[in-house]
Amino acid sequence: MKIVFHKLGLFGKSVLGLAIGIMLAIPASAKTTLTVYTAMEADMLKEYAAAVKKDLPDIGIRWVRDSTGIVTAKLLAEKNNPRADIIWGLAATSLMLLKTEGMLEPYAPAGAGKLSAQFRDSANPPSWTGMDAWIASICVNTVEATKNNLPTPTSWMDLTDPVYKGHLAMPNPNSSGTGFLDVSSWLQLYGELGGWQFMDNLHENIAWYTHSGSKPCKQAARGEVAIGISYAYRGAKSKAKGAPLELIIPREGVGWDMEATAIVKGTKKLAAAKQLADWSVTKKANVLYNKGYAVVAYPGVAKPVKHFPAGILEAMIDNDFEFAAVNRKRILGEWQSRYDAKSEAK
Amino acid sequence: MNTTVSIPASTVPNNRVSSIKIKLSRDDYTLRIGLVLLIGLLTVFVVFPLYSLLSKSMEDMDGNFVGLQNFHEYFQTPALLISVGNSLSVAFFTAMIVLVLAFIYAYALTRTQMPFRLFFRGVALIPILAPSLLAAISLIYWFGTQGVIKSWLFGSSIYGPIGVVMASCFWVFPHALMILITALSTADARLYEAAEALRTPKWRIFWTVTLPGAKYGILSTGFIVFTLVITDFGVPKVIGGNFNVLATDVYKQVVGQQNFEMGAVVSLVLLLPAVIAFIADRWVQRKQVALLSARAVPFQPKPEPLRDWLLFGFCSFIAFIFLAMLAMAAYASFVTFWPYNLSLTLNNYDFDLMDGGGWEAYYNSIQMAIYCAIFGTGLIFIGSYLVEKARGVTWMRTLLHLIAMLPLAIPGLVLGIAYIFFFNHPDNPLGFLYGTMAILVISTIIHFYTVSHLTGLTALKQLDPEFETVSLSLKTPVWRTFGKVTLPVCLPALLDVASYLFLNAMTTVSVVVFLYSPETMLASIAVLNMDDAGDIAPAAAMALMIVYTSATFRILHALFSNYLKRRTQVWRNR
Amino acid sequence: MPESKQNYLRIENLTKHFGDFVAVQELSLEIHDGEFICFLGPSGCGKTTLLRAIAGLDPQSSGRITQAEKDISNLPPSQRDFGIVFQSYALFPNLTVFQNVAYGLENMKIPKPAIQKQVNDLLDLVGMPEQTDKYPAQLSGGQQQRVALARALATSPGLLLLDEPLSALDARVRATLRHEIRLLHERLGVTTILVTHDQEEALSMADRIVVMNEGRIEQVGTPEEIYSTPASPFVADFIGVMNFMQGEVSTSGKVLVGEKTLVCETGEIPHASKVRLTVRPEDIVCSAKAKDIINSFAVKVESLEFLGSFCRLILKGPEGFGELMTDLSTQQVHELNVSPGTALTAVFPARNLRVFQESS
Repeated sequence: MKIVFHKLGLFGKSVLGLAIGIMLAIPASAKTTLTVYTAMEADMLKEYAAAVKKDLPDIGIRWVRDSTGIVTAKLLAEKNNPRADIIWGLAATSLMLLKTEGMLEPYAPAGAGKLSAQFRDSANPPSWTGMDAWIASICVNTVEATKNNLPTPTSWMDLTDPVYKGHLAMPNPNSSGTGFLDVSSWLQLYGELGGWQFMDNLHENIAWYTHSGSKPCKQAARGEVAIGISYAYRGAKSKAKGAPLELIIPREGVGWDMEATAIVKGTKKLAAAKQLADWSVTKKANVLYNKGYAVVAYPGVAKPVKHFPAGILEAMIDNDFEFAAVNRKRILGEWQSRYDAKSEAK
Repeated sequence: MNTTVSIPASTVPNNRVSSIKIKLSRDDYTLRIGLVLLIGLLTVFVVFPLYSLLSKSMEDMDGNFVGLQNFHEYFQTPALLISVGNSLSVAFFTAMIVLVLAFIYAYALTRTQMPFRLFFRGVALIPILAPSLLAAISLIYWFGTQGVIKSWLFGSSIYGPIGVVMASCFWVFPHALMILITALSTADARLYEAAEALRTPKWRIFWTVTLPGAKYGILSTGFIVFTLVITDFGVPKVIGGNFNVLATDVYKQVVGQQNFEMGAVVSLVLLLPAVIAFIADRWVQRKQVALLSARAVPFQPKPEPLRDWLLFGFCSFIAFIFLAMLAMAAYASFVTFWPYNLSLTLNNYDFDLMDGGGWEAYYNSIQMAIYCAIFGTGLIFIGSYLVEKARGVTWMRTLLHLIAMLPLAIPGLVLGIAYIFFFNHPDNPLGFLYGTMAILVISTIIHFYTVSHLTGLTALKQLDPEFETVSLSLKTPVWRTFGKVTLPVCLPALLDVASYLFLNAMTTVSVVVFLYSPETMLASIAVLNMDDAGDIAPAAAMALMIVYTSATFRILHALFSNYLKRRTQVWRNR
Repeated sequence: MPESKQNYLRIENLTKHFGDFVAVQELSLEIHDGEFICFLGPSGCGKTTLLRAIAGLDPQSSGRITQAEKDISNLPPSQRDFGIVFQSYALFPNLTVFQNVAYGLENMKIPKPAIQKQVNDLLDLVGMPEQTDKYPAQLSGGQQQRVALARALATSPGLLLLDEPLSALDARVRATLRHEIRLLHERLGVTTILVTHDQEEALSMADRIVVMNEGRIEQVGTPEEIYSTPASPFVADFIGVMNFMQGEVSTSGKVLVGEKTLVCETGEIPHASKVRLTVRPEDIVCSAKAKDIINSFAVKVESLEFLGSFCRLILKGPEGFGELMTDLSTQQVHELNVSPGTALTAVFPARNLRVFQESS
């Protein structure tokens, strides 16, 4: 047999080689690495990670980033075999849904009490803690608007004017949290019936539904469409880059959602997850959140964000998160059957 | 009439059916263990995942068996059915257009004395160096809402079937061209001489000799282009707009809605045309072999100014389009803010500030491509060696060969989703592979296994089958002959396989799009994600990084092959 | 040449099937130590199959092979003792002549200088000194086959198997190499089996020839035996050129062909048996005048074919004889003044006539 194994060398080598390749591919980790699911903007993640690295040197972060809808769906799909340790930066409506599914580990981060009351789960201990609010906006490319003789819209209703036909883009609420907060805000503003009626009309004008919430604004910035329904941070960012954009706050008010943090039930790294959750409610963290969001959970931190349209805070609707979270699945299903199926006709 | 004394029959077992059992030598053990290992490996990485996919398609969300209910539901969903029609029509039109263009191009390259043939050939192969997304991105800059020559579309939108067909034509062109060049290169000059001796008009020679001779090549090209387009995911994702096709449906179901069961159903639907095309292509290939078995005299084209210059014009036009596609993407990647600020900048190459994995994705890609080239080439060549050279155990060799042929029929997207089901299953002991670089390497190797396997077989078949016999008689273990003779002689083919794997690993999207993790983000996926997030200029920049890298690799490969050829030409010249 | 008549290789009741096709059937054979044996037969007769069974490359379906008193029936090729040379040379293209010849030696843990010497000796032996650094592609076919031979002999095998080694070479090289292989064999005395379909090769090289047909042995014997006393019509036809006549044994020692009677050895063939009568062209004696001796008949020249040193005449014999070939030297042709239509007398010497009973 010894001889046989000696001869095995050739194949042994290749198989061994493959095995070694596999080993190398698995990063050796001495510190605790948390798998963090997030829907935060990619360009912010680096900064957050750097801050965490400085303050919590024993914790490594493995980001899993995607759009709100996708992260939510992913978490739901992995319900029986969760891969995430902690969720940091996902829409509160999504976290509420996960809470009802029993997927969150209730935990009051040290210092959570200092946050504004509406930025916390009302239960005690809370299942999630808020970070910031992101707010819907309309990005209008002034160059394209002029070129196409489009009047500047001042309200959501304006957007249903046939003059905008083919000039609008908006995020698909099934995948994008921004898309969902828009839909949920319209249903709250106009009521169930009026809301769908509005969206039916809007649908006539939509050129395409995007997968990501920031894409409509980025496309508007590049002039691929004239008007993008997106959110304020993205618009401000594009504007800073020199895009001919104007951010519009519709008269009726703008939808918004909170980004929040929650620990996933069943994580094997609970201690580390708690450490990160603690850090996520600190003032320092909130200062960071303020770089992109005008409203943050820690009172007194928020400073005005450059290029944000004036009056946007006042325009925020009185959001009924309960309604949004409870009806999320139904709303998305309805939307899907109305517009995704018809999207071919566009 | 035996002249020797015959031995009483009883001393010899006279079994008419089974052969005498020859004791297995160490070599036989080595090779058989190798066969078993490789069959096992491929079973785990090809057959099992496919089985998981099949069983998943018949489960509900909670994993209960529901038979064909998902399929029923699928065929009740009009939006999904529309995708079937879209996929078929886009694939069909692309196949037709590419067939015509690539045939003329290939004809010009092989059957005429057109000038600059080598240059044209090189240009036409450019798309192989880029992910299919590049064409789509470039088209957006040419024909998009802010496109330079948007008006050329007469008001039609590039986002939709037009864009998908145009971009698809670009990236499948070299694949079609290579098959057609092969088909047209094998012409028998004697047929042409005979036809000319009979004073046949040129057009009639074309219809009665040229076309029939390339018939199988043309059919084969049609099938391959059709399959490539229908299974491609990148192009419709980037430029399809609301025009849904099967491949984007799989992605939407799996990534967008995490509806894995429906994803499984759609991917099985996607598997169908691919399998049909695969079988048809195999059939065609067999026919073609029969056609070529005759001893042919190579065809030497004669100059014919009118035809040659007409074709020169045609090829210049195509080559110009190809270069324009590349150039536009390259230019746009340096533009500060298209279309409002056209000053040049390197900001778009600052991938770390974008959604898509940053520069790390690029380095990951290179790392993965190198792994694929090294491990893939080794594994695949050993596989083809076993199929060709193991003694006895014909059934095992046949089995290995059959499994090795399978991946060609499986679209990358389907393989990817099958891998999720198989490796992400909580009970799978191989689950640790999920989310690692290893699974990306494995899936990529498997996806491109068949072509590499066939290349290896072809190289091995050219060796004298008696090398092994001679080695046996010289009591040399098989691995020594493998290392000292087989491997060195097959080295050029091995380099080709390595290069093929490297380039495909750099550019593939479909096979890895479900399998990457945040640590193992790849450049091609980054292109996709950046485009998805609306960062189209950085997407173009990343796609170009892939092109530069692939091109560099190609050049290195060519240089090394040349060096090798020069070094070994003493013993290679026959 | 060693004169020991010891058996070296013994094949007993060997059968080989490929599916339903029987390639070799119940074949038994003994080969002596140091013998040069040829397996001769048309393609598909099973000679190569037999060779590959001896080497263990395609194991027999049943039967036993003993080499040097050792039953090797079940041994894999690597544990058998043989060297082999193929028609295709099968030289490793990326190795030099030296490396090719040293290939088997390097495996035997022989010190480098010893290998060096042995390889040079072997290359001397096959007439290829001073070509050690060339690659196979730089050599002619004949040279390559010499190297292949040296390589096969390098490990001093007890048995040398040559599978149509000369078939790919042109006629002149073939003749030279034929001679040299024979000389080599006489010097080394290694038991050698040559597989060939070329009777000339077999006749000129072998100590004994094994004529095979359809998986069976037709005859085993020295070249002289095979040529002059073929054991079957097949052998008679396959080796050299032969005239055949149909006849019937009338009485013992007499065969009736058409209306003529030929005297010849009929052995134990019963009366009235249908037989075939054979005679070689060169054994028919032609003269201008009628001769009153037995087995002489009037014939007419139909045509003649000039073949260099001799002429082949096609003769029309008496009723029932059919067309007959005979060879005359060019000088004889002149003497007899032969041209188409010439009448001659042909004598069929009784000792040169062989009678085969027709299988009914």
